[in-house]
Amino acid sequence: MSEVTPEIVAAHSITPDEYQRIVSILGREPNLTELGIFSVMWSEHCSYKSSRVHLKKLPTRGRYVVQGPGENAGIVTLGHDAEGHEWVIAFKIESHNHPSFIEPFQGAATGVGGILRDIFTMGARPIAVMDALRFGPLDDPDAGARNRRILDGVVHGIAHYGNCFGVPTVGGETMFEPSYSGNPLVNVFALGIARRDKIFYGRACGVGNPVIYAGAKTGRDGIHGATMASGEFTEESKQKRPNVQVGDPFMEKLLLEACLEAMETGAVAGIQDMGAAGLTCSTCEMGSRAGTGIEIDLMHVPQRETGMTPYEIMLSESQERMLLVAHQGREQEVLDVFRKWGLDARIVGHVTGDGMMRVKNHGEVVAEIPARPLADEAPLYNRPYTKPLREAPMEAPAFASADLTADLFTLAAAQDLCDKRWIWEQYDFMVRTNTVLGPGADAAVLRIKETGTMIAMALDGNGRYCYLDPRQGARLLVAECARNLACVGAEPVGATNNLNFGNPERPGIMGQIVEAIEGIAEACTFFEAPITGGNVSLYNETLGEAVFPTPVIGLVGTMPLIEPPGIGFRASGRALYLIGGIGEAGETRMGGTQYAKQVLRTLWGLPPEIDFEAEKRVQAAVREMARSGAVESAHDVSDGGLGWCLAECAFPHEVGARVELDSSLRPELLLFHEGPSRVVVSTANPALVEEIAARHGAPALRIGETGAGELVVSNRGAELLRVSVRELKQRWSAALEQWLHAGQEIHA
Amino acid sequence: MKFGVVVFPGSNCDHDAWHAAGRVAGHQAEFLWHNEDTVRGADCVILPGGFSYGDYLRCGAIAKFSPVMNAVKRHAQEGGLVLGICNGFQILTECGLLPGALIRNRGLNFICKPVRLRVETVNSPFTCAYEPGQETVIPIAHGEGCYVADERTLDELEAEDRVAFRYLDNPNGSLRDIAGILNPGRNVLGMMPHPERAVEPLLGSAGGLGVFHSLARCFAERTR
Repeated sequence: MSEVTPEIVAAHSITPDEYQRIVSILGREPNLTELGIFSVMWSEHCSYKSSRVHLKKLPTRGRYVVQGPGENAGIVTLGHDAEGHEWVIAFKIESHNHPSFIEPFQGAATGVGGILRDIFTMGARPIAVMDALRFGPLDDPDAGARNRRILDGVVHGIAHYGNCFGVPTVGGETMFEPSYSGNPLVNVFALGIARRDKIFYGRACGVGNPVIYAGAKTGRDGIHGATMASGEFTEESKQKRPNVQVGDPFMEKLLLEACLEAMETGAVAGIQDMGAAGLTCSTCEMGSRAGTGIEIDLMHVPQRETGMTPYEIMLSESQERMLLVAHQGREQEVLDVFRKWGLDARIVGHVTGDGMMRVKNHGEVVAEIPARPLADEAPLYNRPYTKPLREAPMEAPAFASADLTADLFTLAAAQDLCDKRWIWEQYDFMVRTNTVLGPGADAAVLRIKETGTMIAMALDGNGRYCYLDPRQGARLLVAECARNLACVGAEPVGATNNLNFGNPERPGIMGQIVEAIEGIAEACTFFEAPITGGNVSLYNETLGEAVFPTPVIGLVGTMPLIEPPGIGFRASGRALYLIGGIGEAGETRMGGTQYAKQVLRTLWGLPPEIDFEAEKRVQAAVREMARSGAVESAHDVSDGGLGWCLAECAFPHEVGARVELDSSLRPELLLFHEGPSRVVVSTANPALVEEIAARHGAPALRIGETGAGELVVSNRGAELLRVSVRELKQRWSAALEQWLHAGQEIHA
Repeated sequence: MKFGVVVFPGSNCDHDAWHAAGRVAGHQAEFLWHNEDTVRGADCVILPGGFSYGDYLRCGAIAKFSPVMNAVKRHAQEGGLVLGICNGFQILTECGLLPGALIRNRGLNFICKPVRLRVETVNSPFTCAYEPGQETVIPIAHGEGCYVADERTLDELEAEDRVAFRYLDNPNGSLRDIAGILNPGRNVLGMMPHPERAVEPLLGSAGGLGVFHSLARCFAERTR
């Protein structure tokens, strides 16, 4: 085995201090295999060494939480079935940003595969996925062609994996900014359900119990994927292509069915998937969590290639693999199930009582490391931070619109706001026949056959807001997710977050991270949405250019079985209300809006203000309206402001509206400011809407009525907008494909 | 009436078919494992959607060699009912129970959406509960759903009234807008749209319920 030199240590992204720590844990110098093992376990990707100090600030407990952070996925309660069994929801979000830049199709596909395994490892069958995607502009003069290729690859990768596996992709968001040009963000939010008494954990319990490897054979793919995801991209990144794993959704489907069936036998004591850092991570984490050790011999590991070294086998990130611990004497039952599904399953070792992760190769010890320090005692960095990095002016430029209707057409064709049907129609969003509200809704809604209730999921991020003010941006995000749930009638029960940032070693970036986490903590505490797990993706930088700070929040809610309102106006002659009222707006807080981005093509100032108490009152009122059937449609005002919100309400059934406002705001602000805590509802029962709003102390402003094929908005008698819903919708539905195919700029 | 839902390793609409036939339509329904050469006395066998054996080669190309397909063929030859949905339709064409083939969608992308269909014949056990020419909405979800066959086969299908469903807005390039066809004995139906996804109004459409109602009605008449 080759000598470990300072150069080799540096090539593993291990600092001299970290190396000293390794030596003191081992009581000797590590060999190359051990160094490799430490390097992946202590990488940013696996250890969260830069963020963990701050992640502790997040609320993780709540009345619905069964399992908080630290396991493969978080778990919250769902309800009981007819036989009295309690059911739970397992969910988590994970990123696959770096691989998706290097190889978009496989990067995104394996991103889906990885998070699905996290869910069914817990004994839960995955029933829904959502994606938060961010790319560089499709019309960028330099990077446009590459950005289009990345989007195309990512979408096809997600479709390929999710469709074959058989999990519906029920929604998500796709946004564009120049900062994502070299750093696309691919965040996948997955959710599954299980019976509470059948949850499984990644714990190597029971000394003497056999350890079983199951699933795909181990190959050389993905070696050092976790380390790759913990560094910036440079010109040489293209050479990292072999680091990207290749996904096989059919294999994953077999693994799902086999694992759930093996769990049913009662012979499984613990189970964990092999994701980032592969066999290394699963063995030491399972041992660490149970306070035991694991001893394996690599000669038993099914291998795809010949001549693999222990270093390669331990660090491989080949996909679709699982590590199980069976109850001694019952291992054959487990092996039989995997054979039934045509999968490799081999006993590779056993649980020990000495707390060591001991790896042998043909009987010879090649690595011997105490499991707990390896898994849980990675160095923690309280990295220095300053004010969050931002280079936008605070002062608003002078602006005025000559033609507000033209502005609305500009918004309709904008990449952020245009119809994403071309993307989501490539995803099977209905398989498993639970999808009540799918892509395009404020929140996805799933009917749960087992409990006769419903689950709602919302997913949001806003890099622009967070760039202007990470704390406020994060607070707004959580509030918007909760509002999205309210619009379909659901109440939050838990949350997961994906923190996408640049290089934490830069104090201005670290400042963004700290502020954003604290903002999430404040809002999740207030809205009673504890964070039960998530993912941190740092070093999203290319050539020193960091992505906008982009925390993405996934919120899970529950609700009784109802027919939830959609966003679209359903019929003419219905009363229109703006719950929450017109809201506050000013020039400075217009700087992060879609109007500023798409119409004025600039960024300044601050995100909108939010009053949490007022927000909560609006949400409570809207939730009751949705649940009681008081409203036919409900849609929150967010990106694009009230003007764009009304357009989105008009599109689904091509029902327009006549809106009369009474506000002192100037038209640009009135139509396009993005102040939160506002929801547009249409109703056949105005008295009931007013009664519910009043009871919750939420303003209910009657703004007009639905009707005909035109959207007409006026303020104090002056007409601001008059558009044909069909024409605007055509612009909106055609835009994405035009951007993708021509890459040409579309002007209104 | 008893339904048997075949489970290939990569089937992923098996639970949905079981739910639709069993829970919603109220029939007896059980799963049939792909490695067993029997349909376990099912009156109607459903070949569900999914990716039978991964389908990396060609959809359904490997499934036709599975033991359960021997049993399904025997069942069909004896006049038993077989409903192939999506991947099931692909398998039926691969194993020769239905003519033609399903190739990549015209636009090359996977498409998932509710589509409008016209019921082209009510002279079949799968469609007899619909009105002649009835329009209905049933979702599709496939990447390889473009139905092709030679002209003679297409003419024959039409002449023998064996086109069961046509697309009103052809989503995938299928020749003559064909969405579902019957075998000459009219006891085997293959269709790309998913009737099992359209049996509950809460999920957007109950347009597929007619298939299950038809089967029940026909079965009741057969056994009377």
